[in-house]
Amino acid sequence: MRKTIPIGAALLLASAPAAAAAQDHDHAAPAPAADDTCPMPDHAAMGEGAMDHGAMDHGDMSACRSEADEQLMDHSGMNHSTMAGEAPIPQTPPPPEAFEGPAHAADAIVGAEKMAASRAAVAREVSGMNLLWIQGERAEYRAREGSDGYLWDIQGYYGGDIDKLWVKSEGEGNFGEKPESAEVQALWSHAIGPWWDLQAGIRQDLTGPERTHAVIGLQGLAPYLFEVDAAAFISTRGDVTARIEAELDQRITQRLILQPRAEIGLSAQDIPELGVGAGLDTVEAGLRLRYEITRQFAPYVGIEQEWKIGHGADYARAAGEDPSATNYVAGIRFWF
Amino acid sequence: MSTIATRETLPLDRRKFLMRSAGAASLIGTGLAMPAWARGVHGGGAMARKGSDILSGKQLTMKVADSAFATGGRTGPAVTVNGTLPGPLLRLTEGQNLVVDLLNNSSMATSIHWHGLLVPFQMDGVPGVSMAAVEPGESFRYEFPIRQAGTYWWHAHTLQEPMGHYGPIIIDPAGGDPHRVDRDYVVMLTDWSPLDPHALIKKLKVGEAPFNFQKTTATDDYPLSGADRRMWAKMRMMPTDISDVSAPLYSYLINGHGPKDDLRFAFNPGERVRLRFINGSAMTFFNVRIPGLAMHVVAADGQDVRPVEVDEFQIGNAETYDVIVEPTGADAFAIVAEAMDRSGMGVAMLASSEGARAAVPPLRDPPLLTMADMGMSHGSSGPEMDHGAMDHGATDHGAMDHGAMAGMDHSTGTESSGMDMGSMSMRDTSLLPPDVKVGPGIDMVSMNPVDRMGDPGIGLGDIEHRVLNYRQLVAARMNTDMRRPTRMKEIHLTGNMERYMWSFDGKKFSAVTDDPLRFAFNERVRVKLVNDTMMAHPIHLHGHFFELVNDAPHGHQPLKHTLIVQPGGSAQFDLTANEPGDWAFHCHLIYHMHNGMFQVVTVRPLDAGAD
Repeated sequence: MRKTIPIGAALLLASAPAAAAAQDHDHAAPAPAADDTCPMPDHAAMGEGAMDHGAMDHGDMSACRSEADEQLMDHSGMNHSTMAGEAPIPQTPPPPEAFEGPAHAADAIVGAEKMAASRAAVAREVSGMNLLWIQGERAEYRAREGSDGYLWDIQGYYGGDIDKLWVKSEGEGNFGEKPESAEVQALWSHAIGPWWDLQAGIRQDLTGPERTHAVIGLQGLAPYLFEVDAAAFISTRGDVTARIEAELDQRITQRLILQPRAEIGLSAQDIPELGVGAGLDTVEAGLRLRYEITRQFAPYVGIEQEWKIGHGADYARAAGEDPSATNYVAGIRFWF
Repeated sequence: MSTIATRETLPLDRRKFLMRSAGAASLIGTGLAMPAWARGVHGGGAMARKGSDILSGKQLTMKVADSAFATGGRTGPAVTVNGTLPGPLLRLTEGQNLVVDLLNNSSMATSIHWHGLLVPFQMDGVPGVSMAAVEPGESFRYEFPIRQAGTYWWHAHTLQEPMGHYGPIIIDPAGGDPHRVDRDYVVMLTDWSPLDPHALIKKLKVGEAPFNFQKTTATDDYPLSGADRRMWAKMRMMPTDISDVSAPLYSYLINGHGPKDDLRFAFNPGERVRLRFINGSAMTFFNVRIPGLAMHVVAADGQDVRPVEVDEFQIGNAETYDVIVEPTGADAFAIVAEAMDRSGMGVAMLASSEGARAAVPPLRDPPLLTMADMGMSHGSSGPEMDHGAMDHGATDHGAMDHGAMAGMDHSTGTESSGMDMGSMSMRDTSLLPPDVKVGPGIDMVSMNPVDRMGDPGIGLGDIEHRVLNYRQLVAARMNTDMRRPTRMKEIHLTGNMERYMWSFDGKKFSAVTDDPLRFAFNERVRVKLVNDTMMAHPIHLHGHFFELVNDAPHGHQPLKHTLIVQPGGSAQFDLTANEPGDWAFHCHLIYHMHNGMFQVVTVRPLDAGAD
C-alpha cells in the first residue's frame, strides 16, 4: 500500500521537472538558461517507484552538488583574479536622477498631510520613546548599636535616550524619630557618551538647617562595570561638598548577586552645624547579597560600615556619637 | 481516505492533521483548558487557534482582532488574523492578481507587509513610508499582481507583529514545481511572550539584559579565563549577549505550537518532503536541524538555489529556506529549532505513524561571542575569503571549505580572547566614515570588519556536522543584471547595548526622515554593511531582491530579501534598484527596528520603468 501510492504521486508529477526547467520564476528575470539549474534528479527514478528513492536521490544530489561546488570554486577563483585587476568600485554620491521627484512617494497617493502625520508617528515610535523608570536601589532596615534605623535610596527618570529628567531621593533615620537626613534632587540628565550622563540641577535638603544646593554630576558605567554616581554640590550658604558612589554587581549565580558598594563624602570646608569636616568627611563600605526573585524584585541582606573622618569625627564625638558605625541591613531592591 | 492523506501535497493544515490522528481530542483539549478569567483578562479577545487556515484565490479577506494566546501554561495578549496564530497561509499562484481586504477589528493600528513580494510601493504596507497605518475600525484594500513564486510571509509592520500578526505565503510557480515532492509543509518559527511589546521594550531599555539568564557568573561553566572575564568587564560588554530576549520569557513556536503541543508532520518512509522554513519571530535566530536527516536546501528567501546538502542551518529573522528531506530508517524525526542563544527550542515531529516520536536532543551549551564578533578578526579585511585565517586553524583542514574557514575565525577568537586589550580601542571613531554620526548611540567600532559571508552564524563555527553558510548559496538560474556596480554605498550598523539604542550610521530614523538612502532607477549599486556592534543583525530591504556578494559563479549570486550581518563583520550585496518608490530598510529584530535601526530607501524617478 505504502509503496504503490508514491508511484501514483510520482506519475502525477512526472511532467513537472521538464516544465520547471523552462519556466520563469522571477518576473524580472526572463527565460533563465535551463542548463544552469541543477534539477533534482529523482524523475529518473520514478518508474521504479519509491522504494529506492532515498539512495538514488542522495547519490544524484551529491553529484549535482559537487558539480555546483566545482563551478563555484572555479568561478570564484576567476573572480578573485579579475577583481584584483579591477579598480575598486568608487564610493560616489547617487546620480542626479536619484534626487528627482517627490521627497515622499506615498504623499501623492495617501495625501501629504496624512503621510506627514504617519511619518512623524512612526519616527517617534521607532526612535526611542520616552520612558518612566523608578528604581529602589536600597530600601532597607538597619540593625545597629542603639536604636535600629532605616534608609532609602531611590531614583527614577522620565525621558528619552539622550535627555532625561532624573530624580533622586535619599534619607535615613532611626525608628520613632524624625529622619536624620533626607534630600531630593531634580536633575536634567544628558548623555555625553556611550556610558555616561552629565547631570545638573538642584538638591533640596529636607532635614536640618534649610539648605538648597546646585548640583553637577556624572552618572554612568565605568570600565569593569562599576556603576558610578559622582556629584558636586554648592549650597545656598556657599558650602561646596561632593559625593562619589560606586557599586559593582558580582553574579554568583543567575539570580544571586553580591554587590560591594562604596561611598565617600568630601567637603571643601568645615560645616559645623551639619557636623561636616573639611576634606574627606565620610566613608561608607557595604556588601549586599541579593536574590533576584525576578529581575525587578530582589530582597537582600548585607552589612555596611560607616566612618566619620577628620573634623567630621570630632564633631560626632563632641555630639556624643560614635564616629564609626556598623549596620546590618536587610532590604528590597526593585525597579519598574 | 488514507490515499488522500498519503498524496497530500498541500501544506498540511494543523487541524486537518489532528482530525486524522487519534491524539486530536487531547491536543485540542490542551489549547482550551484555560480558565474563563484567563481568556477574558486581556482585552476580551477570543483565544487564538493554533496553526494557519489556508486562503487561496484572487479575493481574500483578512480580519485583525485582539485575542489571547496560551502556550506552555502561560496566557497573554495576542493579535490574530482570521482567528489563528499564525494567521492564514496564503496559497497563491504566480501570475495571478491578488486583492486583499484588510479589516482592522483590533484596538491598535495595523498593516500588512508582504515580506519578500515584489509589489507597487504603495502596497508594501509600511506605516509612515508606503501608507498610513490602518486604524481600529478602518479597512484597507491591497491589490497587486503576483510576480514571483516561492516561500514568503506576511506580517504587520507595527507592534502587532510580535503578538501574532503574521502568516506564511506560498506561491506556486506558473510553470509547475521544479521539485517533485510528495509532501509540502510550512514550518513557521516564531517566538511568543506573554508580555506586551511596549512593556518588553521598556525592560530592554532600562534593565541590564533583563531576559538573559545565561550570563557569566562566579559559578558558570563557560570556557573563559579570569583574564577573558576581566577583558569583557573592562569593555563594559557581555560575551553572553547573543539574544536580547530569551526563554523562559519566550516560548518558541512552530506553526503556533509550543514544544509540548506535540505538533506532527506526517510522512511515509521514502517520500520526499519539502519543509518551508520561515523565521517569523520577533527577536530570535534559530539553529535548525533534524537529527538523523540530511537537508537539501533548495531555496533561500523564496528564490531557488542549487541544492546544498547540510545537517544544520541558522535562520535569521524574516529569512526563509526551503529544504527537501527524505526520511527513512526511522518512524519519526525531530525537527529542532534551537534558539541561537540556546535558551530554548521549538520542536515538531516528522512522524510516519500515529504513535511515532523521536527523541528530542537536549539544548546544547550556550555559545559565547568571540574576537571576530568584536570586530577583531585577525585575517585580512575585504570582501574576499580570509585565506590568512587558515594559519590559525586548528580544525580539520581536509574538510575545509568556505564555511569551515569562518569556523576557524571562531576558534581563533576563543583561544586568543585573553590577549592584551590594553592597547586596543574598542571604539576608535576615527575608523568611521564622516557621514556616521558619532555620539552616545555608538558603543563600539569594529577595528577589522572582515567579510563574514562564510560564517555559519553565532555558535555554529565549531559544530562537527555540515552547517550552511551564505557562500554555499548559488542562484539556480542566471540573474538578469550582471553589470558591475557603478558605485559602492557603505552603511554602518551601530548601537549601544547598555542604552539599547540602535541605528544606521549612528542616526536613528527620526534624524533621517528627510535624508533617505537614495538610488536612481535601474542603478546597480554595491552596498556594504559594516556591523559596528556585537550582535548579528538581519537586514531587510523592502520591495527588492538583492544579490549576496558571496563569490558565487558569475551571474549566480543568490537573491535574498534579508541578509544577516555577523557581529563585528561586514557583508555586501549588489542591488539593481528597479522598483520605484519608497521602501523600508531595517533590522528585522523588531526591537532593534523599533529603537532606531530603520531607514528608508528611495528609488527615483517614480515614473521610471512604468512602461
